[in-house]
Amino acid sequence: MVQNRIFETAVQKLETLVRKLENGDLTLEESLKAFEEGISLTRACEKLLQEAKGKVEQLVKKEGGKWEKTSFEEAE
Amino acid sequence: MARKRKEAAAEQCGFDFNKTEDRVQKTEDLSVAARGEPSTPARGEPSTPARGEPSTPARGEPVEPPKIFSVAELTKNIRSLLEGNFGEVWVCGEISNFKAHTNGHFYFSLKDEKAQLSAVMFRGANAKLAFRLQDGIEVICHGRISVYEARGQYQIILDYLEPKGIGALQLAFEQLKKKLGAEGLFDVARKRALPFLPKKIGVVTSPTGAAIRDILNILRRRYPDIEVLLIPVKVQGDGAAIEIAAALELMNEQTDVDVIIVGRGGGSIEDLWAFNEEVVARAIFKSQIPVVSAVGHEVDFTIADFVADVRAPTPSAAAELVVPRKQDLEMTIQTMRTRLIQAVSKDFPQRMMRLDTLRERLSYGWQVGFEKRDDYLKRLMSNLHHLSPLNILAKGYSVVQKVGSTKPIKKASVLKEGDSLQITFAEGLCRAKVQ
Repeated sequence: MVQNRIFETAVQKLETLVRKLENGDLTLEESLKAFEEGISLTRACEKLLQEAKGKVEQLVKKEGGKWEKTSFEEAE
Repeated sequence: MARKRKEAAAEQCGFDFNKTEDRVQKTEDLSVAARGEPSTPARGEPSTPARGEPSTPARGEPVEPPKIFSVAELTKNIRSLLEGNFGEVWVCGEISNFKAHTNGHFYFSLKDEKAQLSAVMFRGANAKLAFRLQDGIEVICHGRISVYEARGQYQIILDYLEPKGIGALQLAFEQLKKKLGAEGLFDVARKRALPFLPKKIGVVTSPTGAAIRDILNILRRRYPDIEVLLIPVKVQGDGAAIEIAAALELMNEQTDVDVIIVGRGGGSIEDLWAFNEEVVARAIFKSQIPVVSAVGHEVDFTIADFVADVRAPTPSAAAELVVPRKQDLEMTIQTMRTRLIQAVSKDFPQRMMRLDTLRERLSYGWQVGFEKRDDYLKRLMSNLHHLSPLNILAKGYSVVQKVGSTKPIKKASVLKEGDSLQITFAEGLCRAKVQ
């Protein structure tokens, strides 16, 4: 539940950093720090986007009442 | 279907009524004609003895004592008379004094302006009711008249009941909507936002329906690698609602599902009915994971839609709601990166230029300052030179001091005879005595 906020939070943070930089009222040191942080955030976001593995599974009840995950194939 | 049944039943009722006389005639042998009873039923031949009854009095013959029934016998006779005549009836009226007994049976009265009728609907029959019975509802019902012998009470035993002027399902829908609404299940304040980018999407629907196909299609188009967990369920027919509710609960036990789509494709109100059942509404309400309802078409509104955090008009729309387009996200990140770099590099030349300017100003400033100071120093030194006592001495002046004092003597009057003096010349010094 917490994890799904990561991307959203990162993008929001990124937006804030970019705005601050664009406004140009940071000191040189601050803007370098913001830039560095911003770049590492874009990397993190891209990584999150690559993470999904594209599995479609289904949870079905097996004999004995146990639930089992199996790959879901669509019926044509 | 109910209508057909009713017509059929009505015909049957008519038929029964036509047969009434025959029946009464038959039962007469058993009991009906208590002799001498002025209101002997239905016959119109009050004094005619029932045929073949051995105790029938004949005119002029000695009068036998009237038959005396036990209460049980009489009641039993009344019962069989009533049951024989009203084996199947339709009746309409308003429900009052409704009581659902703990044993599951329903007891109430059917009434209109002039009369009332005790009614009972046993557990087996009332379990099939889609809506809740309550006082004041006008109903049309079907059943048979019987006598509860222990109380000497006649009543109608109902096997079917429908609301008057409104469909049973429609009434059930309105009732449940009102009830759950009052309990706060539809409160806007409790509706949760959907995750921006879910890690895994839970889907509760039929594995073979159109809904799952549509959902997967859209999901794959928007976010090709998105993870999906399907819990296959029946979405219509007996037990569908319970399966759906159980699946929602099971979905909540998964650790990585962060949004749930529950729904099915279009159908009749009966087909969609599971999504109007209380057990499904409660399961959606209980879910810790945000739920998107996606039942039928745009125009279909179900109770599930009211409880869900978000109502999607169709299963396809649900898929669009739960996942952003991956392309858009990649674009967003790319744009951010560009802006980031631009923002920083836009500042750099400016900063460098400023630095250069400063450096120039610094060195210029230094140079100018130096020259100024140099001049000043030279002037100062020349002044110093002019003012130097040495310069004066060189012109032939000398300085007189008392020996042991550093102050030069400016007046002769401070001197006494015999004072020792020191005289300083431009070059060298000497001692002298005042005379």
